[in-house]
Amino acid sequence: MRTMKVRTRWVDLPRLKNRFVLFSLAAVVVFAILLLRLWYLQIISVDQYRQLSEKNRIRYLPVAAERGPVYDHDGTLLVDNRPGFTIAALRQEVEDSDRLLSSLAGYLDVDKEQLEERWMAGKRLPRYRPVPLAVDVGWDNVERVQENAVDLPGVLTLVTPIRAYPYGEMASHLFGYLGEITEEELASGDYNNYRGGDFIGQNGLERFLEDYLRGLEGERLLEVDVKGKELRTLKTLEPTPGKKVFLTLRKELQLAAEEAIGDQAGAAVALDVRSGAVLALVSKPSFDPALFARGIYPEEWLELLQNSRHPLQNKALRGQYPPGSTFKLVTALAVLESGLVGPDYTVDCSGRIEVGPREFRCWKKKGHGETNLKKAIRESCDVFFYDVSLKIGIDKIAETARQLGLGSVSDFRPARERSGLIPDSAWKKRRFNDRWYNGETVIAAIGQGYDLVTPMQLAVMTAAIANNGKVLRPYVVERVEDFDGNVLSLTEPEVLKVAEIEQKDFDALKAGLVAVVNEPHGTGWLSRMPDVTVAGKTGTAQVIRMKSDEEEEKIKDEDIEYRFRDHGLFVSYAPAEAPEIAIAVVIEHGSHGSTAAAPVSKAILQAYFAEDDDTAPEDEVPVPEGEIE
Amino acid sequence: MFDRRLIVNFDWVLLLLVCLLTGIGILNLYSATSTWSAAATPVYLKQFYWLGIGLVIALSVCLFDYRNLEYFATPLYVLNVLLLVAVLVVGKTSMGATRWLNLGFFNLQPSEIMKLMIIVVMARYFSVKDQVQGYNFKELWMPFALLGVPVLLIMKQPYLGTAMLVIFIASSMALFAGIQRRTLISLSLMGLAAVGGGWFLLHDYQKQRIKTFLDPERDPLGAGYHIIQSKIAVGSGGLFGKGFMQGTQSQLSFLPERHTDFAFSVFAEEWGFTGCLILLLCYLLLVTWGIYTARRANDLFGMYLALGVSAMLFWHIVVNLGMVIGLLPVVGVPLPLFSYGGTSMVTTMIGVGILLNVSMRRFMF
Repeated sequence: MRTMKVRTRWVDLPRLKNRFVLFSLAAVVVFAILLLRLWYLQIISVDQYRQLSEKNRIRYLPVAAERGPVYDHDGTLLVDNRPGFTIAALRQEVEDSDRLLSSLAGYLDVDKEQLEERWMAGKRLPRYRPVPLAVDVGWDNVERVQENAVDLPGVLTLVTPIRAYPYGEMASHLFGYLGEITEEELASGDYNNYRGGDFIGQNGLERFLEDYLRGLEGERLLEVDVKGKELRTLKTLEPTPGKKVFLTLRKELQLAAEEAIGDQAGAAVALDVRSGAVLALVSKPSFDPALFARGIYPEEWLELLQNSRHPLQNKALRGQYPPGSTFKLVTALAVLESGLVGPDYTVDCSGRIEVGPREFRCWKKKGHGETNLKKAIRESCDVFFYDVSLKIGIDKIAETARQLGLGSVSDFRPARERSGLIPDSAWKKRRFNDRWYNGETVIAAIGQGYDLVTPMQLAVMTAAIANNGKVLRPYVVERVEDFDGNVLSLTEPEVLKVAEIEQKDFDALKAGLVAVVNEPHGTGWLSRMPDVTVAGKTGTAQVIRMKSDEEEEKIKDEDIEYRFRDHGLFVSYAPAEAPEIAIAVVIEHGSHGSTAAAPVSKAILQAYFAEDDDTAPEDEVPVPEGEIE
Repeated sequence: MFDRRLIVNFDWVLLLLVCLLTGIGILNLYSATSTWSAAATPVYLKQFYWLGIGLVIALSVCLFDYRNLEYFATPLYVLNVLLLVAVLVVGKTSMGATRWLNLGFFNLQPSEIMKLMIIVVMARYFSVKDQVQGYNFKELWMPFALLGVPVLLIMKQPYLGTAMLVIFIASSMALFAGIQRRTLISLSLMGLAAVGGGWFLLHDYQKQRIKTFLDPERDPLGAGYHIIQSKIAVGSGGLFGKGFMQGTQSQLSFLPERHTDFAFSVFAEEWGFTGCLILLLCYLLLVTWGIYTARRANDLFGMYLALGVSAMLFWHIVVNLGMVIGLLPVVGVPLPLFSYGGTSMVTTMIGVGILLNVSMRRFMF
């Protein structure tokens, strides 16, 4: 150790003394600043940072609600849901979307463009909501995605309910289909509860009952770590499924009608005469609603659109056809009601009649000879109706037609209808600025010319005649229930109007209609049934050029022959003594009502009366129907 | 040479304080790394071993009279500078920086030792060349040179955080020694100019850190991520915290570097403002105890040594805390005794050993 001299004790330097205090104070001040900052973060801003930390760790996963199931009158499930796998991606966790979509496209066997399109569409969603990239993915692909989850950060497999149709294409037009909600709909402000990517009923019952069928989306709160690994479920808000819908439709009748129409194009509507309840509603050809449920591909959509037989059109409501001889029911009632002609009035049918400069033929060249109303209806004599129509004129015929529900929509609410056309002199003036000619009257009287009806209108008319003048609003939704069985909506039968036609006139017409089916020479002879008295009327509508859907302009060469064949029609009700069911059938280009349409009608009736025999007695008369009788 | 008075005067307060802080730190590390795989030795246990090693080092430092350091100061300093040069020549490179010398059994970080060495050489200079009127430029050229050489070498690695700390430590000591008013003003202006000019010498990642500090939202998933997540962790702790092992930011790994530089964020999240207040008071006590040790020191050299160690602890604490609570840019400075890391533990414990050494020899001549 050296000398102590070089060492200086700090106490010898009093100037340093204060600096210890000063430096200590400086340290205190700096620590106070740090504490103030901590105070600011932890006490003043705590709520903000708590929220941020929650947002970090909590992932909201929407849980899709099942859409409400649809049952037929007897409680048979017609539209249901099945679980499907949706591959989705969370935007907040995807860093390299391009690479992700590339590898995903490989695992899913789809085009990358398709995924990109969805991804771009998903940019509208909040960052924490999964963007659905592929809906209803097969199990093999799901497995491959899950096996390679490490390469696919932010990709989720969600189980989502997908519409299922146990009976395939049955009544597809009535049910309609779902589609992704469009930008315009979202922007309109009418769909505040919807988000991009949601499915919404596009038409048919799915659209009409959207508010009932759509459930309430649930939510799962998951705790995730920084890699997005799900650690535990913090909270589950169960989705509320959509409501149960019970239809008046009867599966057996629907299937029988569809089978009877087979590959032909056409439509059939069966109504309960007493209530207006729709028992069957068929339009053929149909489409497979399952395609829409899983997201229809553009090429499939195009094929449906371009099909010359219009599978997407609901012909029962939107197909407009000349009624042909089925219109003679209207003419007959108009004539009877006018009082100018009684049931005993006869016309000598020679097979032709001259009106002004023109000659009009009966369908039977030889003529029917002496013909009264009953025979005229039974054998569908045109000359008789030419003759009587000239006595009452077009305006009287048109008025009667309107009273029976023709010429305007039937107010069937689930889907849009066309109104058909019942011409009169005022319409002619309005439309063509021309007077009405007698030649046009005779044509209109047998349901040709300008006359146009929809199968639904024909069915409503037939039911109105069967129940002596009450025009009922056709309905198909019997009731809507929640899952506890509470009835939320019950459709009551509704009389839209009552035709001002005397009972004896109905009786006179009905005698003819029974004869059509049950007497020799009757045109509907083929559809008679052993145990039940059926009343009906055939019709053959000449196919004339009508203004209609634009697609019709494009006629393919190989179709021309088929396209110019006549439409076959048949309207009927049964039992004739106490009518329960009314049916209208139109078979496009079926040539004759008796051969093409009547068998369909018969198939429905057989199903209806067989059903009555088979089912339990308490099911025989549905509740709403009992009230109107 | 070994005296009974050494035992009598042993600074138990300091030793207990150090053990207390390290204990809290180990508890915190236990929580911070609880979700890690159990395969390797747990971090908290390793830190416990480091505490043991650190205590052995601190006590070993006590064995030799600190006054001997005065004679070895220059050669040790020169050796340290040579090691810094060696780092640049044959050092181990990791993440764009060369900071380590591979000595086979462990990696030596000469820049870390320089924090202590600068204390020793500054203490020696100021204790020998005492100026009653305060120092002016002429008398400061030597400290400048002593500081400048290692700082430039460290910056070259580059290791901005450590270079800054070395400057802060030396400046604190010089400030305490006393600098003439005019000189101080000129120096401050020069310092500002150097900071401005230094901007252009900074590496991109260093500029990035500073830009990100000024506006973390610029790049929330990249460079700003650390600051944002740390602030969320600290802020969401609230008054009483989320509870031990309950911090979502740390337990779910949203917080990066949570066992090293951001260990305090974990603590703040789980123990809240209350815990932070207590911890900060402990650290404040540690720093002021160091200053108190300096005041009680037997001679000027010892006084400057204790003061330098206090400054080292102070600046580490302030820079680290300032960083995790978003007051200062992210520079990789650990929180002494709290962040996991052998190097930091050893450096800190040598410093503590010096304090103990100075303290226990305060009555010796």
